[in-house]
Amino acid sequence: MFADERMDRIVDIIVNSFFPMLKAGVAFTVPLTLVSFFLGLLLALLTALARISGIKLLDAIARFYVWVVRGTPLLVQLFIIFYGLPSIGITISPLPAAIIGFTISVGAYNSEIIRAAILSISKGQWEAAYSIGMSYPQALKRIILPQATRVSVPPLANSFISLVKDTSLAATITVTEMFRVAQQITATTYEPLILYCLAGFIYLIFSTVLSNAQGQMEKRLDRYVTG
Amino acid sequence: MIEIKNLHKQFGQTEVLKGIDLKIEEGNTVCIIGPSGSGKTTLLRCLNLLETPTKGTIKLGKFSLDFQDKKSVPKDKVIKFRQQTGMVFQGYNLFPHMTALENVMEGLVYVRKQDKEASRTKALQLLEKVGLSDRANHYPSQLSGGQQQRVGIARAMAMEPEVLLFDEPTSALDPELVGEVLKVMKELAKEGMTMVVVTHEMNFAREAADKVVFIDKGVIVEEGTPQQIFEHTGHERTLQFLNKLCS
Repeated sequence: MFADERMDRIVDIIVNSFFPMLKAGVAFTVPLTLVSFFLGLLLALLTALARISGIKLLDAIARFYVWVVRGTPLLVQLFIIFYGLPSIGITISPLPAAIIGFTISVGAYNSEIIRAAILSISKGQWEAAYSIGMSYPQALKRIILPQATRVSVPPLANSFISLVKDTSLAATITVTEMFRVAQQITATTYEPLILYCLAGFIYLIFSTVLSNAQGQMEKRLDRYVTG
Repeated sequence: MIEIKNLHKQFGQTEVLKGIDLKIEEGNTVCIIGPSGSGKTTLLRCLNLLETPTKGTIKLGKFSLDFQDKKSVPKDKVIKFRQQTGMVFQGYNLFPHMTALENVMEGLVYVRKQDKEASRTKALQLLEKVGLSDRANHYPSQLSGGQQQRVGIARAMAMEPEVLLFDEPTSALDPELVGEVLKVMKELAKEGMTMVVVTHEMNFAREAADKVVFIDKGVIVEEGTPQQIFEHTGHERTLQFLNKLCS
């Protein structure tokens, strides 16, 4: 009898919190991930290009940026942006603050992936591009980056999936993403085990879907290497 | 016509080219031969500025460039100059993410900014010329070395260069595939394309070249008709080199 009641309560909680959490996931976790990742990729590309530009000042700035961001915890960075900056008069609302924080982080980590991918393309490809009269930007855009993209998809997908999970840190700066919702429901139901497991489960669904998407993308990009 | 005067190239402390003077007449095929490390590939790469000469002048078509120590040539000038040349690489260097046809069209569409349909027609003609019409939609990975190199030639031809530069175009090929590439090159030579060919194929040089240039240790030891070089050379070093190839 007692066990049945307990069971009912568990089912109740799961049913009642699954959709609010999924909704928070779709409304915040997913957009937060997508926006931060794509802005972060742009920043990463610029950083990678600065690193390989051969211009000492740009290279130094890029190195410094990557060094600082990789060497400090993401949580600390988010706290600085959201709780720290207001004391010098810069107040940013939770969601933009989270986007800024994640973008900066993604930019630093992925710049190394993109740099390595660009450097992995043989010098002969640059020379062939130049030999048909291309400029540096043309060669980069038409010849090098398409090939580098193929090389960088698996490691970038890795970092993308990491980001899906890292967005849970946004809960600490009051963004009502999925994990924050789980915390809120926990506060009223006192069922941390169930709710945090449920949150983990939803993250697992998100990353599984994304991994599959990555597989599809790799297949598409690989069409020219299979003879 | 191409005119090279007192061309020097230094890599760090090593001087690879030590004052090259060379004239190449329009419509001629010039073969550059010499031992490895003699500077022949570097000379070729200086002709389209993949290497920037340390000193000297190169006159080609509309442009004459004067190189001086530590003075760089503006980028747009380099590109304009280079656009008068086409290059065929030892390792083909086709763009692997594009089909044979797209490889040939690329320069027309994105450098010359020509109409896509017209570019496609022209690219198909060139592929036919090198005997690869039926491979137009294949990716480089689906082509043999000889086929890839012929696409490479078509790609270079597409830009209608004043001169075609060949950097050991058959050195990476299986022996049975060398012939098909040389055949295409011979046809181009006959049609009056100006070509500079760095090669180890002495038979090609003998048959197709108007002029053979023998380079050793960064200087031109000797130049002349194939007959003069291969049969009547008076130079010890040329003789030694040729004998080594035959033994």
